[in-house]
Amino acid sequence: MSDPKPNFSLRRFQSLLALALLVGALSVLSDNFLTPDNGWNILRQISVNLCLSIGMTLVILSGGIDLSVGAILGLAGAVAAGLLKNGVVLGALDARLEFTVTGAIVAGLAVGAAAGWFNGFAITRFQLPPFVATLGMLSIARGLTMLWTGGFPVTSLGPTFGFIGTGAFLGAPMPVWIMLALVAVFVVVTRRTRFGRHIYAVGGNERAARLTGLNVPRIKLAVYTLAGALAGVAGLIVTARLDSAQPNAGLGYELDSIAAVVIGGTPLSGGRGSIWGTVLGCLIIGVLNNGLFLLNVSPFWQQVIKGGVILLAVALDKMNANSRDSA
Amino acid sequence: MAAASDIVLEAERITKTFPGVRALGGVSVRARRGRLLALLGENGAGKSTLMNILAGVFPPDEGTLRLDGRAVSFSNPRAALAAGIGIVFQELNLIPHLSVAENIFLGREPRTRLGLIDYPRLNADAAAVLGRLALAVEPTALIADLRVGQQQLVEIARALSAEARVLILDEPTSSLSEHEVAVLFGVIADLKRRGVALIYITHKFDELAHVCDDVTIMRDGCVVGEFPYAELTRDALVRLMAGRESKETFLKSPAALGAELLRVEAICLPGGGAGRPFLVENVSFTLRRGEVLGIFGLVGAGRTELLETMFGLHAGRATGQLTLEGKSVDFASPAAAVAAGLALAPEDRKRDGLVLPMSVAANASLASLERTLRGGFVSRSREAAYIAPYVERFRVKTPSLDQLIVNLSGGNQQKVILAKWLATDPKLLLLDEPTRGIDVNAKREIYAFIDELARNGLGLIVVSSELPEILALADRVLVMCEGRKTAEFPRADATAEKILAAAFPVTSATAA
Repeated sequence: MSDPKPNFSLRRFQSLLALALLVGALSVLSDNFLTPDNGWNILRQISVNLCLSIGMTLVILSGGIDLSVGAILGLAGAVAAGLLKNGVVLGALDARLEFTVTGAIVAGLAVGAAAGWFNGFAITRFQLPPFVATLGMLSIARGLTMLWTGGFPVTSLGPTFGFIGTGAFLGAPMPVWIMLALVAVFVVVTRRTRFGRHIYAVGGNERAARLTGLNVPRIKLAVYTLAGALAGVAGLIVTARLDSAQPNAGLGYELDSIAAVVIGGTPLSGGRGSIWGTVLGCLIIGVLNNGLFLLNVSPFWQQVIKGGVILLAVALDKMNANSRDSA
Repeated sequence: MAAASDIVLEAERITKTFPGVRALGGVSVRARRGRLLALLGENGAGKSTLMNILAGVFPPDEGTLRLDGRAVSFSNPRAALAAGIGIVFQELNLIPHLSVAENIFLGREPRTRLGLIDYPRLNADAAAVLGRLALAVEPTALIADLRVGQQQLVEIARALSAEARVLILDEPTSSLSEHEVAVLFGVIADLKRRGVALIYITHKFDELAHVCDDVTIMRDGCVVGEFPYAELTRDALVRLMAGRESKETFLKSPAALGAELLRVEAICLPGGGAGRPFLVENVSFTLRRGEVLGIFGLVGAGRTELLETMFGLHAGRATGQLTLEGKSVDFASPAAAVAAGLALAPEDRKRDGLVLPMSVAANASLASLERTLRGGFVSRSREAAYIAPYVERFRVKTPSLDQLIVNLSGGNQQKVILAKWLATDPKLLLLDEPTRGIDVNAKREIYAFIDELARNGLGLIVVSSELPEILALADRVLVMCEGRKTAEFPRADATAEKILAAAFPVTSATAA
């Protein structure tokens, strides 16, 4: 009921239609597009963006924005890779703490969650605008990544860790499984939990939510922490896939994830939208990138076209909203 | 009667449909030179929709607008203003961090030859308009520093400054003091002499006698009566608006007082600003179960702040002692207050009370969602089943629980807020201006609900700046002035004169 139903199906239909048209057109234009291999390719390619975008959807639904997810992705990947490869040198004891693969994964997720928590803390405790707080975190996390790695990639992490990025289970790549599991969890969280409903309420009218007795700071803190942890997941996938943590990993990814959320029909003003919409948004961007690549369109033109799609999607959404909100 | 040539603005057979709601079904109105047309009707009757169409906010689905006999259509409010139609909305549309003068001439700033804003002229022109309204504020003052009543007058100044030939006023007096209302009526009389056609929306019948020439009554999106004001009686007005006979006044049933529910001692809230160190200063009172305590005061008396302080909204800044059912409490947040059984229906519903992008059901269940979970998860069917009786109990008019709350009228939105709180089983209900901007019939319904809730043993505190409302509802009346409690009367002793005498600041009364 938090989803405004009358227009919701229309909007979902609109994104679906756009995706179907895109797929149809590319199938005609390129022989290599509609193949099983390419399908897995696209899913694998969007998995990182979708992990980030799920968190971004929560943040934007709550009326905020998170510019730091790309940088947190880089930091979490670097921390996990560094711990796995080098452990932690305990100078005083002249010893070295070794990390198992599981330990490194948990540490990577924890770093992501901690960075996200710090965003939420700055936003709720010191009333910083989310844009500013997460802009600060963008720089902090990127800087910490450089400090941790010395600016060099951390490579050769071994096949066990690499399984997250390159392995397959029941014929499907691991990143795709992770992505599907997260989508399933967060569809339920947003639609079927009190926390999910409260995110919509905070984004729809924060003052009213507070006066209704919702613990708004705690909700926001949870939202940003989740966004950070999900960026951590994305960081692990990227690192495992490349078998190396690049200090510049995730550079600019926050913008792709905002684009996916917005194309999926969640307005930046918050309070309405859905995870499903974001899934479609990621698919549209992923299919577009993939198709343009197959058609040998220059990467420069790809960027121009992607920008046009964002504008078109939001303009269409706005037209729907105007015919509805005039009441 | 006025001749046809006197008609300045004419709307003919206007229809407008919103998703799920037919707001206007073929409405015709005529505004005449030098006359004031009062547009009356319950909330949801379609008055605001009609005003928005006349002022170019959105277009009609069907029907024509004629200005001086020529068909016109406006793509936006600016085009309407350029054509001579000015509107003052009920809700303020000012930019808080611009000056009074900048707000008045926003979009029409006088410019120097270089294309820069001509500030000396801007301020001089603004001062002239403010003078007509006898509004004693500097043109360079920031809107944010003005009282709400003053801000409302600035809105009116904006419409005046455009030399509108048709001026639409939507409940212009809702936040004005008596003196400011008198000045406004003077301005209206002056405008009529200059031949301006006025359209005036109000819920306060008493005002009509001072200014009104013609009356158009609307109900359910249609015009149900058009009369010269002189030919109408108050009873007939109310009957036509409601479509049924209605009793003139509400009579509260005698209170059956229970044990002491709440004791408030020496509440202070610092931060009044210039010349006023406290927004709320040393206020104490008690409330028993089944009792309705009315708090009266002028705008700025600190009533809202008192409620907010009790509700945990100013934790850390406020001082004082709150005792609920014999236990000392100190709410760190509204969440803590709600958990202890308090509920607050705020004055500004859209800003503080409603989550506009959500449905009726989601708004109504927002405070009690945990009671509707199934296995820890939200279940829409259980949520609807839990909340529906409350929504029905308050007779909320809505096509369905899934309707977006934004599509409901003000009175129905207020009922949804009451339903939301009742669903939490509260002990104490704080109502801040519970009938602001609500029509007579919805008002009477809400009075009856308040009465019923008191009989069921709730404690209620009703803040209002409408004296008849306080006199009708309250078992006891507490009067506030400039942050302090200045008087307290039991129902039997409470008279309009005594209450008003306590509500007006002594200094300004002697100075005036």
